[in-house]
Amino acid sequence: MTTPNRTLPPSVVRLIDAFAQLPGIGPKSASRLTYYLLRAPSEVSLTLADALRDLKTLTRLCSVCLNITERDPCEICSDPARDHSLICVVEEPLDVVAIERSRSFTGVYHVLHGVISPMNGVGPDDLRLRELLARIDKANATRQPVREVILATNPTLEGENTASFIQRKLAGAGVRVTRLARGLPVGGDLEYADEITLSRALEGRQDM
Amino acid sequence: MSRARVYATEAIILRRADYGEADRLLTLMTPQLGKLRVIAKGARKITSRKAGHIELFARVRLLLARGRTFDIVSQAEVIEAHRPLREDVLRGGYAHYLGELIDQFTQEGNEDPALYDLLANGLMWICDVPRPALAARYFEMRLLTIAGYRPQLFRCARTNAVLEVDQLAGSATDAVASRSLPETTFSPADGGALCAGAAAAARDVLKITPATLAVMRMLQTATLDQLMAVADKFSDQALHQAERAIRQYLSYVLERGLRSTRFIAEIEREQ
Ligand SMILES: [Zn+2]
Repeated sequence: MTTPNRTLPPSVVRLIDAFAQLPGIGPKSASRLTYYLLRAPSEVSLTLADALRDLKTLTRLCSVCLNITERDPCEICSDPARDHSLICVVEEPLDVVAIERSRSFTGVYHVLHGVISPMNGVGPDDLRLRELLARIDKANATRQPVREVILATNPTLEGENTASFIQRKLAGAGVRVTRLARGLPVGGDLEYADEITLSRALEGRQDM
Repeated sequence: MSRARVYATEAIILRRADYGEADRLLTLMTPQLGKLRVIAKGARKITSRKAGHIELFARVRLLLARGRTFDIVSQAEVIEAHRPLREDVLRGGYAHYLGELIDQFTQEGNEDPALYDLLANGLMWICDVPRPALAARYFEMRLLTIAGYRPQLFRCARTNAVLEVDQLAGSATDAVASRSLPETTFSPADGGALCAGAAAAARDVLKITPATLAVMRMLQTATLDQLMAVADKFSDQALHQAERAIRQYLSYVLERGLRSTRFIAEIEREQ
């Protein structure tokens, strides 16, 4: 999107246009951010510029789990204390961050970089699924086979469909396949739960 | 015209995209307001009270508040969640296909209760019937009829002549004779079958067998129950040919291909 105002210097217009391409940022927010940087001390802009440059030059995908990393294999994949026979499959790198924050998972990850979304033209071949299958095959040929694959895609229709597609692919691989439990959110209210969440919470009830 | 600050509508969630920090931009199909886009605030948060009520292809009751660019979901309640779509990846794939077709055949803001009802029924068919592929074919034919593109399958679409296959079928009395009936030409550009004379001059056409023509006619005239009752008698070849013919016609009408078909083909290959 180009700014119609011709009195703005090209460098300002360029930054506004660049911001406006980011998700969730419209032309107004883009202008606001640009004017903030114009007024702020130079370090703010220079730090941002460095961070942006490093983001693309220093990072790559881990060759094992495909998470974003600065060293390959990534910290988690090269950590001998983690359980490498337990792979948690997630949609995006940010999901790894969320699960790590819970501090309750000691296995390793596999990042799909997306989810099956037929209407958006995203099929299984567009995900990093082949890498997962190859990784499991490779591990199972060694003395440290994969014991369990946890499918931790989002509980959305696309996430569920992706999980059942992977589950089918893994059938016969001799690996236990599990899905994250679905139930009521902490702090939630039964009254506001939708029918799928409620019926699944009932199905997944546990002895106490 | 005065506009109320909030209004209620039934809707089916057609598309859903992330929007801003934790919001979702929903494309809805509604009975009275046609297709419209609204914002569900905070819907990506796992604790959101709305998230489970605005899942893809759910049929919901919404309370919407007027907003500057998009109206905003203030309350949502599920009427029909279509759970089998989540649990069966093939049914899920077909739901995407139905959604994509409806999306392509509608423009924002154009009221179309018939298309809404078709989508609501279609999603139930995909959930319930033993053969979702056949339900999808049935949906396509209904959609083409409602949208004003009903293919002409009983006469020549160009000359209105009786089709050769019907001239001979009239005199054929036994199964052996019906097996030797001639093929018919289906022309996407003409929107239907062609007689031999018209077919000679037509381009980009498909040859369909008498069995395929029978399947297509039945898709157009039978009820879904009637169709399912005899579905086992259809040969795979006839079903595939009918699928190809209808798909090419849809692409011709829409002037583009459909994205979700590739995925459905991929899953069907797996099975
Ligand atoms: Zn890694």
